[in-house]
Amino acid sequence: MPDFILALKPIPFLIEPLSHDFMRRALMISTLVGAVCGLLSCYMTLKGWALMGDAVSHAVMPGVVVAYALGLPFSIGAFVFGVGSVALIGFVKQKSRVKEDTVIGLVFTGFFALGLVLVSKIKSNIDLMHILFGSPLGISNSDVNQTIVICFIVVIILTIFRRDLMLYCFDATHARSIGINTGILHYLLLSVLSLAAVAGLQTVGIILVVAMLITPGATAYLLTDRFDRMTLYAIISSILSSLLGVYISYWSDIETGGSIVLVQTVLFLLAFLFAPRYGILKLNKLN
Amino acid sequence: MEHRTKENIETTRIQADQVCVDYNGTVALYDASLKLQSSCICGLVGMNGAGKTTLFKALMGFVRPSRGRILINGSSVSNAQKDQSVAYVPQNEGVDCSFPVSVWDVVMMGRYGSMNFLRVPRESDKKAVIDSLERVELSHLKHSPIGELSGGQRKRAFLARAIAQRASVLLLDEPFTGVDIRTEKLMAELFLQLKQDGRSILISTHDLSHVRDFCDVVVLINKTVLAYGNTSEVFTTENLSMTFGGMTPEPMSGAISFNE
Repeated sequence: MPDFILALKPIPFLIEPLSHDFMRRALMISTLVGAVCGLLSCYMTLKGWALMGDAVSHAVMPGVVVAYALGLPFSIGAFVFGVGSVALIGFVKQKSRVKEDTVIGLVFTGFFALGLVLVSKIKSNIDLMHILFGSPLGISNSDVNQTIVICFIVVIILTIFRRDLMLYCFDATHARSIGINTGILHYLLLSVLSLAAVAGLQTVGIILVVAMLITPGATAYLLTDRFDRMTLYAIISSILSSLLGVYISYWSDIETGGSIVLVQTVLFLLAFLFAPRYGILKLNKLN
Repeated sequence: MEHRTKENIETTRIQADQVCVDYNGTVALYDASLKLQSSCICGLVGMNGAGKTTLFKALMGFVRPSRGRILINGSSVSNAQKDQSVAYVPQNEGVDCSFPVSVWDVVMMGRYGSMNFLRVPRESDKKAVIDSLERVELSHLKHSPIGELSGGQRKRAFLARAIAQRASVLLLDEPFTGVDIRTEKLMAELFLQLKQDGRSILISTHDLSHVRDFCDVVVLINKTVLAYGNTSEVFTTENLSMTFGGMTPEPMSGAISFNE
């Protein structure tokens, strides 16, 4: 890749892509979505909801297809199906003896398959590849607006309920015993998860959105023992991944979603190896 | 303040009348009645599955009794919850020790219920946390992540959270498991102090020697309250045999021996 290496001169590497409207938009939306998913990823990893994130992000698929077919904003359809899948998981778990992880796997693949079938049956201009793998470079203006609104809602909710959600993840029993309604917090967190999954699929697509929802949190978790710092590090690593991912994707002509998630994975690997306290090399012990 | 303390000392902390709890038809507790005065330490003794946890859950308002009623400080359980009257101190196994919070954060969680909607600590909250940490002798570790504490220190951190909450009823789940002798002594002294403040402490345990050492009253439980009263009167071989389903623990040592 000679162009890529040439482009590594830092200033043109950063500036040149900004001359394109689609690149400015892609960078803006990927950063925003990255920051929001990064913030949420702390709660997902601490609560142990990685599989739930995977489930919700896949389950929104039929919602997106139906919404497009009906001419509604895709986010509404996605949200309905995201929350619906969670409700269904809860219902099946409660009413049957099947274990939770089985129910989760069962419900989300069912929803996802339904989405695939609907895409092939409903004649529309939906590009399956865009839904599955994201296309921040080709995102439309109306999609940008929807995504901004979604991100705004998620940030507001997570800011207001920040402490309560942390307590809920840490010690739900105590939260309940001091009169906090943990049932509401549970569904609030799931709703926020559905919204973030919808936002995330814009940039990296349904298949990889779960990475946006857990990897930054996991990376940050290796770097600190403070919740506040963990959220900060998660957001920073997530934003960095989005920016780097989009730039690398532009310069070396690779899939944007894959590029963003790959950068996230590399950042996790770096933390896994070199984190001062919890990295496997335990650098601070050597000094 | 003086008046309030006096009032605290005179009230009935917990009153349970004929409480029944069942989970989808399976009876976990039936006809459980007990009355706990302020300024008292009560041992809750029973086997695994005897309903100790269920009773705690009922007192915290997590399960609704299918029959009977529970009053805490004379008002309903949900009101008691709102007033921060009941604090629960979990077993060590019940919490995620790798969670990224410091001792200070954990104790501050005891204040959440009295804070505003955004849970921004006021000066009074910080003061309550500082005081509680001093009482459990953890001030020097306040910035440590809870994951770095020993089992006994962690236990004290959660005790400090209950103290910071200023609850009048403390529910302690197996407080002495995995605790060294020094912590045990510190906790015992702390319980006595809390008792003198007018608080009531309910300790669930199957370790009888601790009950004998510092519980004023004891509740023996096996799906229902088998016996209830002053420790010296209730702790008879016969009662204990009933509680432990034919096996008789030695009331003095706590060791269990077979009856036949």
